Amino acid sequence: MGAQIAFWLLAPVMVLGALGMILSRKPVHSALCLAAVMISLAVQYAALNAPFLFAVQIIVYTGAILMLFLFVLMLVGVDAADSLVETIRGQRPLAVLAGVGFGLLLVFAVGNAVTGPDIGLAADNQAYGGNVQGLANLIFTKYVVAFEATSALLITAAVGAMVLAHRERLTKRKTQGDLVGERMRRYAETGQHPGPLPTPGVYARHNAVDTPALLPDGTLSELSVSATLRNRSGQPDRRDLVRPIQRTIAELQGDGELPQVTKPGAALTRRADLVPTEDRHHGDRPGPGAEPDGGTE
Amino acid sequence: MTDHYIVLSAILFAIGTIGFMTRRNAIVAFMCVELMLNASNLALVAFSHKNGALDGQIAAFFVMVVAAAEVVVGLAIIVTIFRTRRSASIDDANLLKF
Amino acid sequence: MESVTPVLGTGLFSLAWLLIAVPAASAAVLLLIGRAGDRWGHFLGTLAPVVSFVLGVVYFADLLGRDEAERAVHVPLYDWISSGTWNIGVGLQLDQLSIVFVLLITGVGSLIHVYSIGYMAHDPRRRRFFGFLNLFVAAMLLLVLADNYLVLFVGWEGVGLASYLLIGFWQERPSAATAAKKAFVVNRVGDLGMSIAIMLMLAAFSSSSFTDVNAGVGQLSTPLATTLGLLLLLGACGKSAQVPLQSWLLDAMEGPTPVSALIHAATMVTAGVYLIVRSHAIFTAGPAASIAVVVVGTVTLLFGAYIGCSKDDIKKVLAGSTMSQIGYMMLAAGIGPVGYAFAIFHLVTHGFFKANMFLGAGSVMHAMDDDVDMRHYGALARALPITFVTFAAGYLAIIGFPFFAGFYSKDHIIEAAFHASWVAGTCALIGAGVTAFYMTRLMLMTFAPGKRWREGVHPHESPLVMTVPLIVLGAASVVGGLLLNGWITEWLNPAVQGEAETEGLIHFTLIGGVTMLVVLAGIAVSFLFFGPQKVIPDVQPATRSPFVRAGRRDLYGDAFNEAVFMRPGIRMTNDLVRFDGAVVDGIANGTGTVISGFSSRLRRVQNGFVRSYALTMTAGAAVVGAIILLGRLG
Repeated sequence: MGAQIAFWLLAPVMVLGALGMILSRKPVHSALCLAAVMISLAVQYAALNAPFLFAVQIIVYTGAILMLFLFVLMLVGVDAADSLVETIRGQRPLAVLAGVGFGLLLVFAVGNAVTGPDIGLAADNQAYGGNVQGLANLIFTKYVVAFEATSALLITAAVGAMVLAHRERLTKRKTQGDLVGERMRRYAETGQHPGPLPTPGVYARHNAVDTPALLPDGTLSELSVSATLRNRSGQPDRRDLVRPIQRTIAELQGDGELPQVTKPGAALTRRADLVPTEDRHHGDRPGPGAEPDGGTE
Repeated sequence: MTDHYIVLSAILFAIGTIGFMTRRNAIVAFMCVELMLNASNLALVAFSHKNGALDGQIAAFFVMVVAAAEVVVGLAIIVTIFRTRRSASIDDANLLKF
Repeated sequence: MESVTPVLGTGLFSLAWLLIAVPAASAAVLLLIGRAGDRWGHFLGTLAPVVSFVLGVVYFADLLGRDEAERAVHVPLYDWISSGTWNIGVGLQLDQLSIVFVLLITGVGSLIHVYSIGYMAHDPRRRRFFGFLNLFVAAMLLLVLADNYLVLFVGWEGVGLASYLLIGFWQERPSAATAAKKAFVVNRVGDLGMSIAIMLMLAAFSSSSFTDVNAGVGQLSTPLATTLGLLLLLGACGKSAQVPLQSWLLDAMEGPTPVSALIHAATMVTAGVYLIVRSHAIFTAGPAASIAVVVVGTVTLLFGAYIGCSKDDIKKVLAGSTMSQIGYMMLAAGIGPVGYAFAIFHLVTHGFFKANMFLGAGSVMHAMDDDVDMRHYGALARALPITFVTFAAGYLAIIGFPFFAGFYSKDHIIEAAFHASWVAGTCALIGAGVTAFYMTRLMLMTFAPGKRWREGVHPHESPLVMTVPLIVLGAASVVGGLLLNGWITEWLNPAVQGEAETEGLIHFTLIGGVTMLVVLAGIAVSFLFFGPQKVIPDVQPATRSPFVRAGRRDLYGDAFNEAVFMRPGIRMTNDLVRFDGAVVDGIANGTGTVISGFSSRLRRVQNGFVRSYALTMTAGAAVVGAIILLGRLG
């Protein structure tokens, strides 16, 4: 009875999770949907008298494998959402047709083949004192060869992953002195600011990382906000951020006219414009001590 | 009761195949593969329950192990491809053709 | 019908393979050694058949001293094909029949080899010629010594090859090359019959040995035995130039004259007769086949004689005569047990006198600068006395002049033919008359007074090396019949289960008398037309007579072949080529085009997109699963 309740509760969740996984535009959402499916699956295992697999499903699958997915997602770039426009003609309807057809076939073929009552695993689980002991008995007797083979497989996979991910350093590692020299040379040649990038803005009402800093002339510093955040939340209206300051200035000066503020800034705007266009390719906002070439190429 | 699990497993498997065939992001495609493996695992465990034998669970366990190895290598390949091609789309890796 | 069971050959007989091996080895040496053998090659080539002849004489003497029941000696050499129920060994069978052939082949062969030393003296490829001749002797000996049909067939093909090589020996002449090809092709037709016959034997008896076939053929159904006999007859026709496969022999005269003497007169062309006589049990079991043999022999003896009358080429006259004489042998062989021994008797005497005459013709040609046209001869009796005398001996032998070789052998055949059927007998009788006519014509045109020589021709007698074989063969033509008559029937009857009667040396019957009269009539007619007082035109006179024209054109044998086989064959080949080009090639190329076009489209399926592949896989799996499911349900 408990198993049935668990099934009917979780089955819709799993189907919805699976659908969500394939339908969401952002890979992170997909990963989370998959996590939901996997955890629900773990519960189904528990309901099917498989406590060991229940644990393994959560620890290994959800905990390790899925996290690996997320790591790679972050590494590859989490910011870009997938375009859902299909590029191969006719692929999508045919895929749905084939997938649904195959699923129906499975349902009919396998579903029809299942007859007779459930025997249940109560007896097997008790034979050696528990589910884990029963599995251990099988793994180390009947399936010991396969089990040993998996060890070789895992070692191979680990070594393979290391070989694939490893890159030979082809150039000499740059020292602190080299980096400073480069930075200064860049400043001399292009006028790129040699110092750290500006920190996000800190205002009376905003101090989030996506709040751009305000330059002395009242314009916003593009460089003070990470490109990812800029892409995600868009550019805030400069006037919203500047308005309280202007208001304060106006109170101090006795009149609320803007030209006094913008005028001195006109001389500075050129430099503020110059910098971000050259620095845009950094993409991410490096920390103050970060090496410009320390990350990926 | 078992056939309910089988139907669920088949549905999940079908969703996995459809996802694999429609999504271009290599990591999502990989997730779809994982979904298919999980679906088959569910079927194995359900059969194990029905037949009163633990062998099905062992099989599911082995599937998990192999899936783990596969994910490790597969993701490493994705990362490598991404490094050289700056793209995680599986449609971009289409040089091997006529 | 009891069959002779051969006794196992031991002692001396276990070396019988040397008979074949000596000329074969000599041929190998001569053909492989190259120019180094040019100076002594002909001596080695002549020595080989002489050695075989000596061996043959030794074996003959041994057989002669044996009891009649033990005269068939079987010498197994080795297992050739041993598969399932088949067990075909290579073995030799020396019995009364084959030893006669061995002596004929090696004896006449040796003489012709000696003759060839002189005849081919000026030919730059004399060594090769002797190599081919030795090859022929070896193959012919294998043919007559084989203990089963399959090994016989090896020899049969071997002599065919040697014949081909020797007819085309002067390969620089297109006519010789064509004649060789023709002989080869026509012989293939006969060989087809032979090989089918051998396959039938293997199917029926699981063996091709003479002993097994002779023993088993009695149980065979008559139609099958008849088929077997007809197939063997086809083979014999091809090899022995019998109608309808006669056309090659006249062209085969393109070869050097010793070849014509050895192969196309004395030995190879008589292999057909040997085959028929050797297969006597089959022809006894299938009487219709025997009748076919008689018909073929009778037709050929008239056919050859007719051609012999109308030719001016001395060798072609002799070739027509050869066909005719082999027709006599076939007739005798077809008559059955009463005729076998006579067939072989005539074969042997014919081997003497025809080889003699061919060599004589060679001597004449030698003297006349290789001119073969008898209209350019005349008055050679004085110029070539030895040739004339020996030729005359052969002439008297062939027309059946009393006490000469042909008198005994041919008269026996005519008598036997009359006993068998008056039609065959009458034809044989007419043939004897015609033979007398054309042979007299040949003699008159060649030797009778009245020079018609070309300018610059100075006939001279041939050297000793050529005349000695002529003398020996001429002597044999004279006394061969006297010596062999009577003895040979006694000798051969047990081997061929013959019932030939032994006649006395002085044996005149009504038929013999009539034959004599017919022969005299032939001679008289010939003198009437070609007598010494008659002027023989220098060129062949044009004539409107259809009979003469038919004879000059070999009774339209070639025209018949051309019209019936060659032209339809060419037309069929052309049609087939067209069919091949349009339909077969069309199908093949069309299939290729369709597949290549289809493939160039199909390869677009491999578009590099993993997802498309996945779709294909899934769809495929779904289809396969559906089929399996439907199969289970249905």
